[in-house]
Amino acid sequence: MTEPAVLPDSLAEIQEGFLELGERDRLQLLLEFAGELPALPPRYADHPSLLEKVEECQSPVRAFAEVEPDGVHFYATAPAEAPTTRGFASILTQGLTGLTPEQVLAVPDDFAMTLGLNRSVSPLRLSGMTGMLTRAKRQVREQLG
Amino acid sequence: MPAPLDPTPRIAEYAHPDRLVTTEWLAEQLAAGNVGTAQLAVVESDEDVLLYETGHIAGAVKVDWHTDLLQPVERDYLDGAGFAALLAERGIGRDTTIVVYGDKNNWWAAYTAWVFTLFGHEDVRLLDGGRNLWVAEGRELTTEVPTPAAADYPVVERDDVTFRAFKEDVLAHIGHGPLVDIRSPQEYTGERLHIPDYPEEGVLRGGHIPTARSVPWATAVAADGTYKTRAELEGIYQEGGLGITGDDDVVTYCRIGERSSHTWFALHFLLGLEKVRNYDGSWTEWGNAVRVPIVAGDQPGEYAA
Repeated sequence: MTEPAVLPDSLAEIQEGFLELGERDRLQLLLEFAGELPALPPRYADHPSLLEKVEECQSPVRAFAEVEPDGVHFYATAPAEAPTTRGFASILTQGLTGLTPEQVLAVPDDFAMTLGLNRSVSPLRLSGMTGMLTRAKRQVREQLG
Repeated sequence: MPAPLDPTPRIAEYAHPDRLVTTEWLAEQLAAGNVGTAQLAVVESDEDVLLYETGHIAGAVKVDWHTDLLQPVERDYLDGAGFAALLAERGIGRDTTIVVYGDKNNWWAAYTAWVFTLFGHEDVRLLDGGRNLWVAEGRELTTEVPTPAAADYPVVERDDVTFRAFKEDVLAHIGHGPLVDIRSPQEYTGERLHIPDYPEEGVLRGGHIPTARSVPWATAVAADGTYKTRAELEGIYQEGGLGITGDDDVVTYCRIGERSSHTWFALHFLLGLEKVRNYDGSWTEWGNAVRVPIVAGDQPGEYAA
């Protein structure tokens, strides 16, 4: 891990979009992302990663990354009652999809903490997004063998 | 003047029938134009910080446990001045009846009700069944955010003794009264510490506080998320169940204190037990603390003096 972490353009643009807003508006932007989370393609309805269910306090997000010929794809599903989780998943869907596996692995682990949401969302909740990113990177690494 | 009580017979049976309202009752208050007045405020408290924005009960104001109730730096609640400012800004006076509801079976709503009680707000009630039931019944939500006129709220110091337990209190409590662990059975035994890839509130040790009995929070609710009847709750926590009596000093805990607020509410307000404290440090503190006793496995364990 001597390579410096580089934020791909897609994620950098999202980050910029948050940081140029005031705190209240950042929440609104996160809500917009939540509304944009695409439905899971039907062919993934039985994907094994979907079985990694998260119980109790954490909202039941199910997310996974696939390395495909045209780059990485990130898929996620979370219930409408969990808009913050949907927002995080949507940011990663838009920010990771289409990147090369190497680019995904180079995304800084603390990306979630750099969106200016620490006060209005809280670091504890943002750790859920960090978890999703960590998981995506692990899955990409596994698929590269 | 407080809002009227909910006359539903099941509610009237509880020790403090003035602490719980049904969705029907709230719908009637809404229709009568009483919500958002000096008499009655409705507060939504959710796990999800954005859920209120997607739609809430008309006239309801939002109170978030992370960003409103907790301090950003120290792990503690806001102080008397901060609480007064928060409630005043939400249009809530000291005499206003507050009805709290929220997602996830009212966990965070109960937590908010508990924090409000630390500040001695007299009339705090829970909407039985919470947000889930309101939505399941097809009742309306709105995205219109109310802008209540600021109210006057006095600065009242928080009472951290009567209903709140700290780690030292819990250490002294072991062997002297019931401890109720309301986490999942796997958290109680120590089998599960955290969820893979979800580095939530990292905890170093698994298990439970010696002598604690496991009664997962959900034991207290019916299928629709409303609290079970008083007789059913008595059978769980009192005679025929845990055996808690009116003289007992009780401490509840979970992982961060929100699910245990839900049980605290049932024990104190619905069953009328006087001395019930919630240990808000809960397992995220105990499981990380140096040299505190821990029991792993499914037995409560002994009190070692």
